[in-house]
Amino acid sequence: MSAPGATGAAVPGAAPVLRLTDVVKTFPGVRALDGVQLEVNEGEVHCLLGQNGAGKSTLIKVLAGVHHADSGEISWLGEPFAPATPQAAMRAGIATIYQELDLVDDLSVAENAFLGHEESRFGFTRRRSSAAKTRQILARLGHPEIPARRLVKHLPAAGKQIVSMARALSHDARLIVMDEPSAVLAHDEVANLFRIIRELTAQGIAVIYISHRLAEIREIGDRVTVLKDGRTTAANLPARTTPTRELVGKMTGRSIEYVFPPRRPRDETEPILVVAGLTRHGEFADATLAVAPGEIVGIAGLVGSGRSELLETIFGARRPDSGTVTMDGRRVTGVGGAVARGIGMAPEERKSQALLLDEPVYKNMTLASFSGFAHGGFTDTRDERAAALKTADLLELRPRDVDRPVRTLSGGNQQKVVVGRWLLGGTKLLLLDEPTRGVDVGARAELYQVIRGLAEDGVAVLLVSSEVPEVLGLADRVLVMREGRLIHEAPADELDEDTVLDLVMAGSLLEGEPA
Amino acid sequence: MTAEAVRAKKPRQIDDGVIRNLGLVGVLIILVVIGIVTRPELYSDPTWVRNNVLTILQQASAIGVVTVGMTFVIIGGGIDLSVGAIIALSGVWATTLATQSYGAAGMIFTALVVGVAVGVVNGVLISYGRLVPFIATLAMLVSARGLAAQISGKQTQVSANDTINNIASTKLIGIPLLVWMLAAVVAAGWVLLNRTTFGRRTVAVGGNPEAARLAGINVKRHTLMLYALSGLCCGIAAIMLTSQATSAQAAMANLYELDAIAAAIIGGTLLSGGRGTIVGALFGVLVFSTITNLFAINNLSTEVQNMVKGGIIVAAVLIQQFRYRSLTQLLKR
Repeated sequence: MSAPGATGAAVPGAAPVLRLTDVVKTFPGVRALDGVQLEVNEGEVHCLLGQNGAGKSTLIKVLAGVHHADSGEISWLGEPFAPATPQAAMRAGIATIYQELDLVDDLSVAENAFLGHEESRFGFTRRRSSAAKTRQILARLGHPEIPARRLVKHLPAAGKQIVSMARALSHDARLIVMDEPSAVLAHDEVANLFRIIRELTAQGIAVIYISHRLAEIREIGDRVTVLKDGRTTAANLPARTTPTRELVGKMTGRSIEYVFPPRRPRDETEPILVVAGLTRHGEFADATLAVAPGEIVGIAGLVGSGRSELLETIFGARRPDSGTVTMDGRRVTGVGGAVARGIGMAPEERKSQALLLDEPVYKNMTLASFSGFAHGGFTDTRDERAAALKTADLLELRPRDVDRPVRTLSGGNQQKVVVGRWLLGGTKLLLLDEPTRGVDVGARAELYQVIRGLAEDGVAVLLVSSEVPEVLGLADRVLVMREGRLIHEAPADELDEDTVLDLVMAGSLLEGEPA
Repeated sequence: MTAEAVRAKKPRQIDDGVIRNLGLVGVLIILVVIGIVTRPELYSDPTWVRNNVLTILQQASAIGVVTVGMTFVIIGGGIDLSVGAIIALSGVWATTLATQSYGAAGMIFTALVVGVAVGVVNGVLISYGRLVPFIATLAMLVSARGLAAQISGKQTQVSANDTINNIASTKLIGIPLLVWMLAAVVAAGWVLLNRTTFGRRTVAVGGNPEAARLAGINVKRHTLMLYALSGLCCGIAAIMLTSQATSAQAAMANLYELDAIAAAIIGGTLLSGGRGTIVGALFGVLVFSTITNLFAINNLSTEVQNMVKGGIIVAAVLIQQFRYRSLTQLLKR
């Protein structure tokens, strides 16, 4: 398709339907959107590019009426636009297809398509007319074979995607926002998705397309806007001709330099953790890696690449389909065994997976070791407090008060509590999943120091992060993970950010992109 | 340095539980005042007052023991609807002619073992069979009482054992043995919850099961033990009730699950788990038995009493939802 948008200019004759100027949205402690500019034309596929946490999700939720912008202007079809509710946004003609498909499994295709604006008469749903209209829409989408009365749970992932799109069309949408629609699709299904998108744009409908896959953006996109830390770093770049290097640079060009502690030369030692051929179907396959005492190994990969699942499997919290985990020469098969062998894990979801939020800091720190402090089954809170306080000092916990409920701590300090938990247990291998998520910049530098300090004391560290600079700056050795496979391994100082990002994002489905 | 630092910690703010317990003490005082106002002639007699207090405590004893077990289960993130049925089964099993032939020790042993065994079955179904606690213990509620009726042939089984029968009438330093038993169970429960690894695990498992699991705690085994503990408490309660009635039957301890859950909730135990106190649960039980007593001394019907009880449960849960801060916000509006 040779869209005129490829030149980077606005589509001739096509007026902008949506324009965002300096849009700001803050959440407590976070400036999620910090001055976003975006311009979308009629009949255009406008791609949004940005790393995790760049603000893409917040942005589309503002458009969908889920969040409300704090300041800035949004104009829609020439009018100021501030949808109060998702329903208002839909009535105005903006439909959103979320990444996690928001379908109700136990309702039919037609019921899902018209969910929230059911056709009814005197409170009774008009099933026949809904089904008929749904059939029309499905035909328009090129999928007349999907039965309107079938329950959504019986459809494959691609079918559900179509239903999501049918819902968007049932609203007479003039702008459809698609958040990583290809993530759940196989190759030929992606081709069909693109065909549908082209039909939509031919009818004048504008599409905002979000994807991590550069190759897709090249194929379907007209223009690209890049977000970074809640700001627009580049707007209206031609999707087909902008060099990858430039796009990646705009995505990652860091506004804040992280301070990483220096690496010290290490003696070659025998690995303490050996993972061989670890596989969980549908999550990751054939993962083989080793970590030595005093070494920090980083896994770089996007959310959904299987890295968290891999870490949890190493920890014994998930059962592998095949492969082995060996710690200190002995097999690890469950969490209990892992902890007993000296493995500790700081999981990705701090609050839901690691902390008892209403319990005091010291009880959270000793959650994995309180039995060790106990005498004959009786806990020794005095010793626990003292040990926790010592660890708190080591980690520079603030405030320095171990009786405070963890809930009242900042994100960075909560993370220190989780890390501190494993220091108390005499941990030999620490698994860190996104250790600095939700942690502010100052506290990050401290956490990096802590992690490096642990390694210098002989602790082996296996670190997962979607922030490439973090992996490169902190780790001694880097593994790159993409779609469930470890595809590359190299010492951290032999890699640079662009290379890793290329590896992480490379168009795995549609190869062959212009560089 | 560390010990000093630990000691030098700033004065802690009075925590939620203490405030709530003070509130429950206030409720108890109000109930007593109502008693004094409605029946001043009774309260003018010190001997009657003393005996009445002991009556209230004695009535609270069996349900109090059950509530301690229930509190553990709820803090651990579960619920046990089968406590009344377990008591009935334990009581009936302990008073069959065959069991009685082994004497008091045999009867007590039987009651405790049956209680624990049923609790273990609950725990296995919930932990390893992955049944929802509500469903598993609801099924147990029906089947344990069914088994009790089967064993007893729907007859009241009279206890011919004097040792058992005397438990209820024995007094130590002027206080009934049953009250001492309640005190012992409450004290043991408090220590278990607040001073042992078992208690710590209970709070962790109920507060955040995933965090507990990833910290290396065996969540399933611990959950199983919580239901076994509840069963043990039911076994103890079965002995107490059998002694009080000098008999056991399949219909005994009817609706105890309701009273125990209500008392635990009123006492500040979070129904979703992770938080609760034994002392609060004890106060919850005392509030209920004081209300019962208040109705008894005023010769009022149990129907009215049940309605008041229901109202108190609703009020307590409402307060738990709003909690102090949101309540003040509500008042400011």
